[in-house]
This record gives sequence, C-alpha cells and structure tokens, in this order.
Amino acid sequence: MLEERIITCINCPMGCRMNVQLEDGAVKSVTGNTCKRGETYAHQECTMPVRMVTAVVAVKDSPMPLSVKTRTPIPKAKIFECMKELSRVTVSRPVHEKDVVLENVCGTGVDVIATRNLL
Amino acid sequence: MMEHLKKDLVIVGGGPAGLAAAIAAWEDGIRNLVVLEREHQAGGILRQCIHNGFGLHRFGEELTGPEYAQRDIDRAKELGIPIQCDTTVLEVTEERQVTCVSEQEGLQIIDAGAVILSMGCRERPRGALGTPGTRCSGVFTAGTAQKFVNLEGYMPGKRVVILGSGDIGLIMARRMTLQGAKVLACVELMPFSSGLNRNIVQCLEDYNIPLYLSHTVTKIEGRDRLTGIEVSEVGPDRRPIPGTQMHFDCDTLLLSVGLLPENELTRGANVTISPVTSGAEVEDTLQTDRPGIFACGNVLHVHDLVDFVSEESFRAGHAAAAFVRGNLPKAETVRVSDGEGVRGVVPQKIRKGISEEVRLMFRPAQVFKKASAVVECNGREIARKRAMIFTPGEMAVVPLKADVVAGLDGDVTVRMEVGS
Ligand SMILES: Cc1cc2nc3c(=O)[nH]c(=O)nc-3n(C[C@H](O)[C@H](O)[C@H](O)COP(=O)(O)OP(=O)(O)OC[C@H]3O[C@@H](n4cnc5c(N)ncnc54)[C@H](O)[C@@H]3O)c2cc1C
Ligand code: SF4
Repeated sequence: MLEERIITCINCPMGCRMNVQLEDGAVKSVTGNTCKRGETYAHQECTMPVRMVTAVVAVKDSPMPLSVKTRTPIPKAKIFECMKELSRVTVSRPVHEKDVVLENVCGTGVDVIATRNLL
Repeated sequence: MMEHLKKDLVIVGGGPAGLAAAIAAWEDGIRNLVVLEREHQAGGILRQCIHNGFGLHRFGEELTGPEYAQRDIDRAKELGIPIQCDTTVLEVTEERQVTCVSEQEGLQIIDAGAVILSMGCRERPRGALGTPGTRCSGVFTAGTAQKFVNLEGYMPGKRVVILGSGDIGLIMARRMTLQGAKVLACVELMPFSSGLNRNIVQCLEDYNIPLYLSHTVTKIEGRDRLTGIEVSEVGPDRRPIPGTQMHFDCDTLLLSVGLLPENELTRGANVTISPVTSGAEVEDTLQTDRPGIFACGNVLHVHDLVDFVSEESFRAGHAAAAFVRGNLPKAETVRVSDGEGVRGVVPQKIRKGISEEVRLMFRPAQVFKKASAVVECNGREIARKRAMIFTPGEMAVVPLKADVVAGLDGDVTVRMEVGS
C-alpha cells in the first residue's frame, strides 16, 4: 500500500515541510528537507514515533501532586494509556528525584521516575 | 520589629537567574551574601514547568524544569549560600538599601554593597488585551493554569481555547489534553507562531488541535462562568474581518500573549528602563546605570532558553563580586543600538578599552531566511552571523571577540541583512 505523509521537521527553526512516501509502512522517499537531519527524523517519525511523557501523580495526604517523567521516550501510540496508568498511582513521602514511581509503564519496558524531591 | 543589616551582596529573586548569580559571586569569594525569594521554595517559574527540554546547552541533556532548578539549588546548598524564602522585597533604593518583609524575620532593611535584580517576568494579563466581553470566570493566563495543574493538582476547565501560540500556550494545550480536557483550538493573531516547531508538532499536531494563524478572539460570552467565545480572522492590519466569525463552546480561555519583565523594583531604584526590552539598560557587565545594581535573567529581557538565563546570570554574579571588591571601576562606554530588523539588543553599552568577549543578544523583528546579523562600528563591519533562518521566537546571539571589543572606537549597531 502506498501512502503519502506531510510532516514538519522539528530539529531547527527552519521547520522544513517534508513529503514522505511510504510503501507498506516503509519509507520510500523523503523530499522537502534541507539537510540530512530532516531525513533521519522523517524515518523515525514515520516508522517508530516516540515521545517523552511528563505528568504529575497524586500524593497521599496532600493536594499537591508530584511531577514525573518517563525515563526515556515511549511509543507515541502509548501516551494516553500511560496517562491512564499514572492516574491510578498515589505515592507516599518521602520521594527523591529519580525514584521509580511506576515500573515498566504499559509494558514499554520504560519506568516512570520522579522529577523532584518530596520530603 | 525591624532589623538593620549589612551585606556585601543581596540577590532579589531565587529563580535560575538569582541562583546562578549567587553561585558565581560565592565562587569569587563573596561570602556575606543572601538570596531573597518571595515563594516558599527557590527555583522560580521552573518549578511549574514539568515538561522536558531544559538544559541541553548547559548540561548536554534534556531535563524537566524542576530537575534543572534542583541542580542549582543543590549546588547553592553545597556551597552554603543562604537562601531566605517566604521573603518579599518591597523596595530597592538607588543607594542600594533593600527593604524586605517575611513572617519569620519581620521587616528587614539591608545596606548592600551590591544588588542583583533577578525577579523574572510575568505574563501579560487579560486587562492588557482589551478583549471585549463580560468579566466572567474561566479566563486565565496560561502560566496560571500551569501552576494550578502542575503544582496545585487542580484542573481549571474541560473545554479549552488558547489565545496566543507562544511556547507556554502550546505546552499547556498538550498538558490540558493529557489531563482529559478537550482543547478546541489555538488562536494566533500573527501570521506565524512564536513557538518552537517542536512544540507546534508535539503539543498541537500530535493531538489534532487546530492552529488558527491570523485570528483573534473577538467576543467572550458567559455571565458567571465562560460559556463560549467568538474568533475572527484578522487582516494585514491585524483588525478583525467582519463576517469571518467562528463560535466555540468552551468553559476556559487560556491567554498566552507574551511576557513582561517584572520591573517595579527596578523603576523604584531609578534605573533607566529600555522601552524595547522593558528591562533595565545595562553595560556588558550587566550593571545598570545605577552603580552596583545589576540585572539578569527574565527581568532584564525575556529569554526563551533557561540555559542562556544561567549563562548571563553567572556573568552578573562575577561582575557584582568585582564591584564589591572595588575591581569594577567606572568606565566610559560605547552605545549599542538596534538597526534595521533588530529589536532590543542587550547589552545596550560596552565599556571602552576592555578586551573580553561580549555576547550581543536580540530578537529579529520578523522572520528572515538566508540572512545575516551584521554588527557595525562607525559604519565598519566588525562581526557577522549567518543563518538559514532567524525568527522572533528565538533569541539571536552574536559574540564579539575580545580583540574586536578592544578595538571599538565608536557606537555599535546591529542590523539584519537578507541574502549573504
Ligand atoms: C509561565 C512561564 C512558563 C515558562 N516556560 C518556559 C519553558 O517551558 N522553557 C523555558 O526555557 N523557559 C520558560 N519560561 C521562561 C523562564 O521564565 C526562564 O527560562 C527562567 O525561568 C527565567 O529565570 P529567572 O530566574 O529570570 O526568572 P523566574 O524563574 O521567574 O524567577 C524569578 C524569581 O524571583 C522571585 N521574585 C520576584 N519578585 C520578587 C520580590 N519582589 N521579592 C522576592 N522575590 C521575588 C519569584 O518568586 C521567582 O522565584 C517560562 C516563563 C513563564 C512565566
Ligand atoms: S531538515 Fe534540516 S534545515 Fe530543515 S528543519 Fe530539519 S534540521 Fe532544520
């Protein structure tokens, strides 16, 4: 199956609009990029897009939440599922920056960790 | 109760700017100093910026706001720098007398050898917009909403429209979406967004949130709570075009229409303020035109990258330390001005006869492709920076090498030149 996608390169302020030709999910050609970085990005974005997720989780006996992040980016398609799992998490003090708040979120193999201290 | 103290250095504001300045001054041997911070914790606005993307220049990795702030807080603690929180500075005089108040210490008056102003910036409020409509609730600045959601754990609404496509507005579009709200649109007056491409892609396009360029909010509806807004297209004169109205049912409107340096204290100290940056006018040392009063970070000019805030503030800290020691003599200066296509060059003055690198920072007035920023002294070109693109959303930096600075023999102008 042939598919055409228009995407914006995010690697610099030029923001090149790229035309990506895909065949059965594989990248056939990239046009519109000004430099090599655009092509690399187009491949990544069209075959395996990933995103960092940052959010907050509830804290026991406090209205103030704790900020967290995925340790590394996770597949883009898993973002909402990740948020859903995080909405069920409540942590108790003390928590230190980098402590694991949720292991292996949505089976991605990636842990969610605290981004600040809560003492 | 009133206490009268003497300090070598007082730093107003414990955000990334104040922390970096304090660290630099301490490392230069200034021990009798204090950082005064209004909030309960240091870290400034970064505490509520839980997204990542901070620190790439300075640390070579992408941190979240709280992680970036913590590194400086940890360093300050390790050195033993006193940070006095819950303390609001009420006044700074030209003679460097600082008045502050806190619950623990009451009213304090501090005679300071030098003062560093690092109070950050605030968002343009609703009043500054002149959007017609009722005074119903449900209209917030994007930063206020960010504070509610990220620090206080409270969602301000369910159906949201965002006015302004600066980075804070874009970040909040994604944040509200992830927390379960429906973000209907992001509306931008200008024909381009001032936000980063990365944020347009990852905060709007990822969630199919439409971006309406050259549009604005023309009506706000609702009695107690916002119930809807009207959006119209604008012409090249940025006035609404009749007949182009669109209606959105929403309970929340977030405003992300620009930041303004917070300079009430600066004015009170009789420091000259630049009408272009809305911050103090400074020399290359970041000293204002009042001796011993320095300014750095967002209170000086609005930065988009906190890494640059830290870099600038380290320099302010070193310079303030030199002043305290009597090693920063008053010097004659040359003037640095905005030429065509350039807005708000900082610093506005460079000392004559020094041979140190000076970084000129400014915003292009519009988007320039395949262009150069050209620096001239007495009409003679002394530096040039070429780039594929310059945009108003990104601060441009042109370094002047030490030997070039040493040779300055007249006023300096920075201008944009297309084609290179
Ligand atoms: C809502 C918002 C979101 C932002 N998001 C981003 C982002 O995503 N990425 C990015 O790179 N930059 C972002 N910025 C820009 C960011 O502000 C800067 O990168 C950086 O935080 C500026 O540091 P600063 O120390 O100059 O100011 P701030 O971080 O604002 O710190 C100023 C400090 O001074 C204190 N203060 C002010 N007045 C007084 C007083 N009278 N007495 C005592 N203390 C006082 C304040 O409480 C505050 O802690 C954002 C700015 C805002 C307003
Ligand atoms: S393709 Fe190259 S020039 Fe174009 S936006 Fe990406 S990094 Fe920038």
